[in-house]
Amino acid sequence: MADHAVVAEEDVDLSRRKFLTRATIATGAVGAVFAAVPFIESWMPSERARAQGAPTTVDLSKVEPGQMMTPVWRKQPIFVVRRTPDMIARVAGHDGELKDPKSDSSEQPKYCENPLRSRTPEFLVLIGICTHLGCIPKQRFSAGELYASWPGGFFCPCHGSRFDLAGRVFDGSPASLNLRIPPYSYPNPSTLIVGEDEKGAAT
Amino acid sequence: MTVKTAAGAPAKKGFWGWLNKRLPVEDFISTQLTGYYAPKNFNIWYFFGSLALLVLVLQLATGIFLTMFYKPGELTSFDSVEYIMREVDYGWLIRYLHSTGASAFFIVVYLHMFRALLYGSYKAPRELLWLLGMLVYLALMAEAFMGYVLPWGNMSYWGAQVIVNLFGTIPGIGPGLVLWIRGDYAIADSTLNRFFSLHVAALPLALLLLVALHLVALRQVGSNNPDGIEIKEKVGADGKPLDGIPFHPYYTVKDVVGVGVFFVLLAIVVFFVPTLGGLFIEAPNFEPANPVSTPLEIHPVWYFTPYYAILRAVPNQRIGALLLLLAVAAFFFLPWLDRSPVKSMRYRGWMSRSALALFALSFVVLGFLGLQPAEGLYVVLARIFTVIYFAFFLLMPIYSRLDPVKPVPERVTYHAH
Repeated sequence: MADHAVVAEEDVDLSRRKFLTRATIATGAVGAVFAAVPFIESWMPSERARAQGAPTTVDLSKVEPGQMMTPVWRKQPIFVVRRTPDMIARVAGHDGELKDPKSDSSEQPKYCENPLRSRTPEFLVLIGICTHLGCIPKQRFSAGELYASWPGGFFCPCHGSRFDLAGRVFDGSPASLNLRIPPYSYPNPSTLIVGEDEKGAAT
Repeated sequence: MTVKTAAGAPAKKGFWGWLNKRLPVEDFISTQLTGYYAPKNFNIWYFFGSLALLVLVLQLATGIFLTMFYKPGELTSFDSVEYIMREVDYGWLIRYLHSTGASAFFIVVYLHMFRALLYGSYKAPRELLWLLGMLVYLALMAEAFMGYVLPWGNMSYWGAQVIVNLFGTIPGIGPGLVLWIRGDYAIADSTLNRFFSLHVAALPLALLLLVALHLVALRQVGSNNPDGIEIKEKVGADGKPLDGIPFHPYYTVKDVVGVGVFFVLLAIVVFFVPTLGGLFIEAPNFEPANPVSTPLEIHPVWYFTPYYAILRAVPNQRIGALLLLLAVAAFFFLPWLDRSPVKSMRYRGWMSRSALALFALSFVVLGFLGLQPAEGLYVVLARIFTVIYFAFFLLMPIYSRLDPVKPVPERVTYHAH
């Protein structure tokens, strides 16, 4: 017993002990945060998921005027609509009924920030997922199909959001943003690549 | 039966003595069961706590067996559930017990929570008991949601899509958070697999821990009762509450009767109406998940529909998601919103009573509306009842204080049979 040195209570430097305790806890906490990083990162899309999210090529010659095709990119349906001159005309004239007529707060590439929300007037390319809670809107292209003043567009069956023929959302819809537009490009006039533009593949 | 502590007990011989010297079995029984005094005036509302524990055990047992046959994965989930239903001996029974058990869990828990509202069981000194119970409820909601995704039917898929996208409405981090939760650019194999892991391992562990804490906290503060009187304040010469009786054998025997009735009702559903007309298992979930085809009507299972109706009642999605969150979070604040000097509705006035009645009605009506399409009159009603729902909480500090209360008796109301 005599070999065990015991510090008398009055000799204990409490402030030093408190400092060391706190420093140990702080160092441990920082370590715990770093240790959590790999576990949290493991939930991000894997290499395989990212590879499968590569750009999709669409043959535009297969879309008739006034029709839509829905290729899949990154497991999301892509709406490719070949708008007729009549449909293009129906995009204008109801800006007052829209939540975001100029697409200021909506998501689209720079080259789609125009009244028709597209690179060329004829083809409309949208991510076919409702900006409300992710359902797939249905096509309602004919004028008056939903109600007398309906200019044609999309209708989401889940919660009733309505979008026009440029994917812009109408007032009174639960969605507050226009349908999103993916990055896309035309390597030649009859081919569309979804997910890749001049800036390269989408991240 | 006398209550003994390990220190005061005479030395036991044989195996029982050997065991208790190494593991405090008798100590545990005497402090938690035979020595735990519960009020003697419990009524039918006091069955649901023990029934919730029973359903938890039922879900763990059936869940363990389902895991032996279920294969998580985009290509295997739906087929393995069909395999369980058609080819595994009694697989249908185990699966229907598990799916019915999920709904039974919520029925029992909602009744258990209503009991707390009815008799003021969340009020001091039981605030923490209530908070722990609410955490159990949150864990249960996460568990049920992820479990519903596993069969990978079309409603599983689209339900997951809608719920996960709720996180996307969070300003700034929303879209990144959703990508992180899914692990892919849509609800996919990766999402299904992590939900499986959480459903069978992480959340059951969390549930067990929280339930244990809930029970320990209950032992610490003691059960409330229909009169809302603290029985610990009136003790006899032996130091035991005058209005208390040992939990075992008195309430264990009573609870066994509740268990019997519960199993009869559960069996009726499991054997005769396992989907309960689409309420417990929805029709679109009998077709495999299809990422490019939305079911005509997306809605969650009935136990989430009150919140879902609130979400859809709001035209702005961000505010809708926020109200959904607040609708659940509001329960956490009850102990501090309620300013009534009285716990039980028996001695509260017309204000608290009508407020609770209106709230219960709004919860049921919103639950119904959440199952209906979001159009016309349904949306108008959902908005009206959403206002009533929140008024119950927001106005509580006012009406609970103004409410004309009756005098609370000294001792619990009890009529010997």
